[in-house]
Amino acid sequence: MSAPRPPAGTTAATPAGSPARTKTARAAARAAVSPDWRPCAPLAHLQARAALLRDLREFFADRGVLEVETPILSRAAATDPALASLHTDCLLDAAAAQTLYLHTSPEFPMKRLLAAGSGPIYQVCKVFRGGERGRRHHPEFSLLEWYRPGWSLECLMDEVAALVRCLLRRPNLASTRLTYRDLFLDHLDLDPWATSAAALGAHAHALGLVGVADQLDLDRDGWLDLLLTQCLEPGLGRDATTGRPHLTFLCDYPPSQAALARIRPGPVPVAARFELYLDGMELANGFEELTDADEQRARFAADLAVRARAGQPLVPPDEGLLGALAAGLPACAGVALGLDRLLMLVTAAAHIDAVLAFPVERA
Amino acid sequence: MATYKTNEFKGGLKIMLDGDPYSIVENEFVKPGKGQAFNRVRVKNLKTGRVVERTFKSGDVVEAADVLDTELQYLYYDGELWHFMDPNSFEQLTADAAVVGEAAKWIKEQDLCAVTLFNGQPLSVEAPNFVVLAINETDPGLKGDTSGGGGKPATLETGAVVNVPLFVQIGELIKVDTRSGTYVSRAKEE
Repeated sequence: MSAPRPPAGTTAATPAGSPARTKTARAAARAAVSPDWRPCAPLAHLQARAALLRDLREFFADRGVLEVETPILSRAAATDPALASLHTDCLLDAAAAQTLYLHTSPEFPMKRLLAAGSGPIYQVCKVFRGGERGRRHHPEFSLLEWYRPGWSLECLMDEVAALVRCLLRRPNLASTRLTYRDLFLDHLDLDPWATSAAALGAHAHALGLVGVADQLDLDRDGWLDLLLTQCLEPGLGRDATTGRPHLTFLCDYPPSQAALARIRPGPVPVAARFELYLDGMELANGFEELTDADEQRARFAADLAVRARAGQPLVPPDEGLLGALAAGLPACAGVALGLDRLLMLVTAAAHIDAVLAFPVERA
Repeated sequence: MATYKTNEFKGGLKIMLDGDPYSIVENEFVKPGKGQAFNRVRVKNLKTGRVVERTFKSGDVVEAADVLDTELQYLYYDGELWHFMDPNSFEQLTADAAVVGEAAKWIKEQDLCAVTLFNGQPLSVEAPNFVVLAINETDPGLKGDTSGGGGKPATLETGAVVNVPLFVQIGELIKVDTRSGTYVSRAKEE
């Protein structure tokens, strides 16, 4: 018959000098500790992250871009229906607990700094997006965002390429530009500006991307996203013939996917927006920024209408941003780059967890 | 009705699609930075075994499949249906040829089989990986041949036919790997 076990927490009281009992106590202590206390990323990957941060700060210091910090918690949130803001209660006033939203990107306060005359600025910060978890997604991730007053999107793409070459330490990495429309025309023989949602859906069925009985309820942009992510993205950021990785800037998006980009008028209006791909992975998103307060207000309202129809939370739009735009945001180009994904490329990691000290399941 | 949201998707989860139960083999979350999120999954039809790819909008809700993996004891075959019993509850369940499938060739009375239940009824039956069965019929073969070179067909007590070494005789017990349908060794009564 075994002696009754001492209650948990009393193992330290075991008398010393009894090797058998201390060994048992140590084993019990080991068993009681969660196996997930250890970091996910190997030390070499943590060192790669530190080197990346050091290099990018040097890059921007050399170019006279000011590092800034803006609040992570905000009374306003991103209205974009594709982004889910996490939120928390701030007990500043016991009578009226206030909901504060964790930012999905530092875009709005950074534009307020630009409107106040900051000149070129950059920020490295953690951002938060609810519901995003996968091989390349983590609900909390590191973003590098920067703005260049007076710059065109073309100049900014050159700087993004220079930064990525510097951070990857591959000075000769090739770079190409491709329009969204040409990508769809060349690979799928579809004009994203002229094809209906039904026709895009039929094309996705024909390609075997969705089963015939799938009840996917998608609008035009939803089908374009499906075709882009499942059919076209794996080949982006790679040389078509050799398969070697290179930088691909996908430019000139459909106006319905402008997000916060300016629309360039013309016979075929396009959103002044780009996405950077490298080795089949989306790395960065850039805009020639919308500076018109009325247009911005209208887009917030349109986003909230979509949210209302879909039953999504109706988050408060950023009145501070609207005030800054009304006061005058200088013409500028801005871009956000995912640092964890860049680290995945630096370390040849297949899963984002390999570059995170503690992913959310161990946090 | 139990349901799962796409953020609960993971390997092994049992879901209903088009009226059939499926098991998720692989789940991948795909989302452009500014745009629609999807869950791309590979799913296996638990009735047919076919694996297909499906895409869901993240946030969609899918009906859960009432599927349970359990172990049942095979009792007898009545000429049309196979009868099984839950050794814990003594509840009896029947399965037809479509459900029992290949396992019919290998199972004999008293065998414990892995059975997948769907809505409480057998969906598929798996024979144990190894079974011991008696040989009902085979050519007498050459006396003294113990080399095992070559082989001959043998009909087992369940009706299955397997290739056995020449030295194995009628009435002997042999061990068979049911996954490949091949002879493993001679066996003694357990």
